[in-house]
Amino acid sequence: MTATVTEIQQNKSNDTDYQALPELSLSTQSVTLGYDQTIIANNLSVDIPEGKFSIIVGPNGCGKSTLLRALSRLLPPTSGQVRLNGQDIHSLPTREVAKILGLLPQSAIAPDGIKVVDLVARGRFPHQKWFQPWREQDQIAVESAMKATGIMEFAQHHVDQLSGGQKQRVWVAMALAQETPLLLLDEPTTYLDIAHQIELMDLFQDLNRLQGHTMVAVLHDLNHACRYADNLIAMKAGKIIASGAPKDIVTEALIEDVFGLPCMILEDPVSGTPLIIPKGRQV
Amino acid sequence: MKIYRTYTLTITNVISHYPKQIICSFTLALIIATLFFGQHIAENTQDIWQLITGQADPYQSIVVWQWRASRLFAALVIGAALGISGAVFQSLVRNPLGSPDITGFNVGAFTGVLLSIALFGNLYWFSVLGAILGGLFSALLVYIFAYRDGHSGFRLIIVGIAISATLSAFNQWLILSVSLETAMTAALWSAGTLNGMTWARILPAAVLITVFILCAFLLNTRMKLLEMGDDTAAALGVSVNKTRLALMFVGVALTAVATAITGPIAFIALAAPQIAKRLENSASTSLGSSALVGGLLLLSADFIAQHGWEGSTLPVGLITVSLGGIYLVFLIIREGRK
Repeated sequence: MTATVTEIQQNKSNDTDYQALPELSLSTQSVTLGYDQTIIANNLSVDIPEGKFSIIVGPNGCGKSTLLRALSRLLPPTSGQVRLNGQDIHSLPTREVAKILGLLPQSAIAPDGIKVVDLVARGRFPHQKWFQPWREQDQIAVESAMKATGIMEFAQHHVDQLSGGQKQRVWVAMALAQETPLLLLDEPTTYLDIAHQIELMDLFQDLNRLQGHTMVAVLHDLNHACRYADNLIAMKAGKIIASGAPKDIVTEALIEDVFGLPCMILEDPVSGTPLIIPKGRQV
Repeated sequence: MKIYRTYTLTITNVISHYPKQIICSFTLALIIATLFFGQHIAENTQDIWQLITGQADPYQSIVVWQWRASRLFAALVIGAALGISGAVFQSLVRNPLGSPDITGFNVGAFTGVLLSIALFGNLYWFSVLGAILGGLFSALLVYIFAYRDGHSGFRLIIVGIAISATLSAFNQWLILSVSLETAMTAALWSAGTLNGMTWARILPAAVLITVFILCAFLLNTRMKLLEMGDDTAAALGVSVNKTRLALMFVGVALTAVATAITGPIAFIALAAPQIAKRLENSASTSLGSSALVGGLLLLSADFIAQHGWEGSTLPVGLITVSLGGIYLVFLIIREGRK
C-alpha cells in the first residue's frame, strides 16, 4: 500500500487538475424519496461536506442506499431538490454531472471477456465528444487510475478471471478514470474478505486525503465506518438521527436507538476512534 | 486423436486471429460463385473477364448484372441490417435470445406490410412505413405485457415469443381474408424470399438501411455502457431511457425495412451476432462483424436455396429457419442449463 501512496503523491504533483478543484457542494433540500407508491424518506435534508469522507450507516431498509441513489441523480426525488454546486442536479445535463460526480454502483455488470484496461477506459465516456479519438489525457487518466488502485499488473487480464477484491478495484479504477472531484460508493466492501475490505478502505482514505476527492460511502460495517469517516451520517427509517465526527456522535445510546443493538463503546487502540462491541445474548 | 486436436486448435487460432479477413474472403468467394456460376453463363475465366469489362453479350450481362447482382446486393444489405438489429437487441436485453426474430418484431413488421397491402395496394413506401409501424407496435405490445416492476430480459423474450405466435396467426388470417391476388403476393413473401429482387426494389431500402446502420454505430458506445447495468451507465452520464428508446427504434427499423423488402427472414438476427462474437473471441459483439456475418449468412443461405435443389428455388427464409432452428435448440438448452 505504501508504494501506491507515494505513486498517488507523485501523480498529484504532476497533475494540475486536482489543485484547481472548483468549489463543490452537494446536498438534498427536504426531498421525498421512494419507488412507485412506497415512500422511503420524507423531508430529508443532507449536506455533504466538501473534501471530507462521509459515511452513511443504518439498519437494512433505512433508506441509506436510496439516499445515495438520490445524491447521484439516479433516483429523482418526488419532491424537494438535490443540489449540485447550487443547482438542481436534474436540471444539469447528465454528462456534465458525470464530470463532477462519480459513482461506484452495487450492481455493475462486467461484460463477458472484457479486459481490465478496456473496462477502466469506459470511465472516460463523459470527457469524450462525438467522433473524438482517444487522447493522451484519456490515456494518462486511465493509467493513473490503475496505478492508484494497484491493478496495473492486471491491465491485460480478463475481468472475469480476477478475484472479488481485484474486481472491485477495477470498478473503483473505472470511477477514478472519470476524474470527478466527488465520488459516491454504494456498499463498496460487501462480499470482500476482511483484508480486502481494509485494503479498499485505505485506498478510499488515500483518495480523500491525498487527492482531495470528496467521498460519500454507504457502509454496513460500523467499526470501519467509525475508523474511516470524517463525517458519519446515521440513518433510521428514512431520517437522519445524527451526523458529525464519529468521536463526537457515537454513543451506546445512539447505536441502541439506530440499530436496536445493546453495545459497549471502547476506544479503537489503533486509530483512537470509537469501537463498537455488540453485547448480544450473554453466553 | 492428438494430431486431430492440434489441427482443430490451429484452425480456431487462425480464425480467432483473422476473423474479419476470413469472413471477407469467404464472402468474396461466395459473391463470385453467386454471380458467375450456373448454366450457360461464364464457362471459363475469359468469359468472366468479359462480363466484368462489359464485353459479354447483352443477355448474359442482364442475367449477371441486373438479376444476380441485385439479388446478391440485397442479400448482403438485408443480412447486415438483420445482423446489426440482432446485435442491438441482444445487447439491450443482455441475453443471446433477445433478438427481433425471436421476440416477433419481424412478424409484427410483416403484419404492417400485409395491412398496408390490403388497405392501399402494393406500394413501396407504404409497405416500408407499414413495416416500421408494425414493428414498433409489436415492440410496444411486448414491452407493455412484459412490464412488472421494470423489465427482466428473459420475461421480455418469453412474452415476445407469445406475441410473435399471436401475430403469425393474425397474419395467416389476414392472408386468408383478402382477395386472391393480394393473398398470392403476400404468401410469396411470408416465408421470406429474395426471389424476383431488382435494383429498383433494393436500392431505396438500402439507402434507408445505411442511414439506420449509421445511427446504430453512433449509439454504439452508449450501447456498450448500458450493458454494464443501468446504474453504471447513468453514473457515466448516459441518458439511459433516451438511449434505450433510440436503440430500440433503430433495431426495430432495421428489421422492419428488411422485412418490407423480403418478408420475415428468421434467425439471421439471432445467430449473426453470436457467431461474430465467437469468431472474434471478444468481449461484446461488435456491430461491424455482426453486419458482416449477417450478410455472409444470408448470402450462403440464399446460395443453398438457389442451388441446393435441382430444378427448384426455395425461399431463403426456409433455409434460415431450418438451419437457425438447430442453432436455437442448442442455445435454449445452454441457457436452460445456466
